[in-house]
Amino acid sequence: MTKTILTVDDSPSIRRMVRMTLQDAGYDVIEGVDGQDGLEKATATRVDAVIVDQNMPRLDGIGMIRALRQHPNGQGVPVVVLSTESEDNLKQQARQAGALGWMVKPFTQDKLLAVIRKVVGP
Amino acid sequence: MNDDLTAVFREEIRDLVESLERGLLDLKTRPQDAGLVNQVFRDLHTIKGSGGMFGFVALASFIHDFETAFDRVRSGKAQVTADLIRLGLAARDQIPALLEGAPDPQDIRGSILRALQALTSDPTAVPSMPDLPRLTFCLTGPALALGARPDLVLTELATLGATDIMAVADTMPALADLDPDTCCLTWTMSMPATVGKADIEDVFLFVEAEWTLDMAVNNAPLPGVAVVSADVSAATTASPAPAVSASNEAEATVRVPATRLDTLMDSVGELVTVEARLTELARQSCDPSLIATAELVTRLAGQLRDATIVMRMVPLRSLVARFRRLIHSLSDTLGKPVEFIIKGEETELDKTMIEKLADPLVHILRNALDHGMETPAERQAAGKTGEGRIELSAIHAGGEVLIRVRDDGKGMNPERIRAKAVERGLIQPDAQLSESQIFTLVFEPGFSTAETVTEVSGRGVGMDVVRRTIESLRGSIDVESRLNHGTSVTLRLPLTLAIIDGLLIDVAGEKYTLPLATVQEIVELPAEKSQASLTGDFLDVRGKFVPFVRLRTMFDCDAPLPESQNVVIVEAADGCIGFVVDHIIGTNQTVIKQMSKLHSGARSISGATILGDGTVALIIDVPQLVALARPQGDLVKELAA
Repeated sequence: MTKTILTVDDSPSIRRMVRMTLQDAGYDVIEGVDGQDGLEKATATRVDAVIVDQNMPRLDGIGMIRALRQHPNGQGVPVVVLSTESEDNLKQQARQAGALGWMVKPFTQDKLLAVIRKVVGP
Repeated sequence: MNDDLTAVFREEIRDLVESLERGLLDLKTRPQDAGLVNQVFRDLHTIKGSGGMFGFVALASFIHDFETAFDRVRSGKAQVTADLIRLGLAARDQIPALLEGAPDPQDIRGSILRALQALTSDPTAVPSMPDLPRLTFCLTGPALALGARPDLVLTELATLGATDIMAVADTMPALADLDPDTCCLTWTMSMPATVGKADIEDVFLFVEAEWTLDMAVNNAPLPGVAVVSADVSAATTASPAPAVSASNEAEATVRVPATRLDTLMDSVGELVTVEARLTELARQSCDPSLIATAELVTRLAGQLRDATIVMRMVPLRSLVARFRRLIHSLSDTLGKPVEFIIKGEETELDKTMIEKLADPLVHILRNALDHGMETPAERQAAGKTGEGRIELSAIHAGGEVLIRVRDDGKGMNPERIRAKAVERGLIQPDAQLSESQIFTLVFEPGFSTAETVTEVSGRGVGMDVVRRTIESLRGSIDVESRLNHGTSVTLRLPLTLAIIDGLLIDVAGEKYTLPLATVQEIVELPAEKSQASLTGDFLDVRGKFVPFVRLRTMFDCDAPLPESQNVVIVEAADGCIGFVVDHIIGTNQTVIKQMSKLHSGARSISGATILGDGTVALIIDVPQLVALARPQGDLVKELAA
């Protein structure tokens, strides 16, 4: 079964880049334009993984993860946080909120694909 | 370690050794095939891993060095050469002895390993480490709730070369205390020494885990350890991870000792007999509910029979592996390079049959290579390629399996065979024989035309044994040959030995069974032919001339003739032949019972079966009966001429 990945980012170019990379590799991709939109999409349908940016309007990444983990549909979904900064404090917070891992921007398509494969399998 | 598990282990090793040998031999033709090198490496790796786990330390350490050599090939630091394959095969031959714990006083193993090492080593190589570091890890925190997938982790570790992966269930709480978001299993596995901490950190990049990489090795399995099997399926997830073992079966399989299958087959045989009796009794009782039940039993018994037969089927692959090896070493010994092609090795046959086929096929293959194949010089002179070609193929055809050995050698010379047969007193000098009859003479006892007796074949024993074995399996042999173009020997074999579909017939009040697979059709005997005559024993079946014999005459019966008789037309070695019988009773499931030794001289009878009413019907051995009938037919032909 094709796996569905939700990418949540306020930057259309990042979303597009994630979409192209993952679709080429055979995943289905849905997009969320900010944390609130992402949360609604992640709870409305079952997704296999979520890639989420930290800094977004309305609801930031960590806030979205925290809310997602409260929702029944958000249990056990691997979430990877994208962040420009790699400070340990943020990683710690993300982990506590319920993120599985993080990726530091900028990243290459190969790296993204490797991460997704690691998290949800090929 | 309990005995069952050890038995499974030994069987596993046998399969692996077979796969290893096949891989090595295939490497000979495709030395650049990285997939093959990997397969060989994987087989070795698994043998080593399982060997170590089951306490075969000597085996594990031997294989480790063997594996090291192939690791160098795998990483491109050494090349696949004929020497490497030769040494690899020699090393493979040591595995059974190592399993048995046989001593090695002449240090053959050591010298093989040293040669292997010399062949593949580079000066910077570090001395091998027989024991591998052991990685232990568990997922901590609410890993599962965060979406961590232990199966993916295990897969990733497997790609790094993890073996002996075991799940430790010691820390598993009682069901009531089980938190579904916590992963309670701990895994432990051997990692190749080349894998460093950084590699493992990379695997656990996204997973909260505690792990240790322990250099000390504990060969004894931990108590309370659940063996996850080589397939690395994670106990906590439903989705199976890709397998590390080469034999990646999608479906679960169970290994069962062959004797249990034999017992099952015997019971099914008895059941079929009892079922026939039940049907007969039900028919006599005229009780509709009993008849309905009996019909149900009949159907179930049929299904059970089919299921049991299928269960006993094994692919020919298990048998042909040793042939690759045989051809490989024979072609070296004889200096006749050949390409050995195997087709249809997935074709399935009864297990007993497969075991009994080994020797006949070895004889046929040896003959093909030793007698059939020319030397490269002779081949070039005949305008052929220097490398010969021997093909072993197997296909299902109806209720039979055809196994064919075809070579492109010099073919058989009918004149020479004839002359030899006359010289040996096998036939009369003036005997009229067709070409195919002449070819079958090579299966006569004491026949051999090889000018010199070689180490390989030519002693004139063998081919007659071949025919005897095949006939004891209710099979037959056809030989086709064209001078300078090659020979093909075809074995026709039934699918199973224990139960056949039979056609029950009546001859002068006695019941007989013909194997239904041999029956072509049944026609009525025209009234004008009902009396025996010397010249008229032919039927015109849709324009085809079919000779027939009267079973009454053959079995010496003089009961009064019935009003009408039937002719059962069967397929024989050279065309069709009809048997005149009194009545056709019907088809039945024939459970074959062997006749006693006292009856072993009754050539036209291959066994007996017990019918529903408790009486016995003899099973007719069609090829033998046809052979027995032939003199009569020939007499008829001569008189007709």
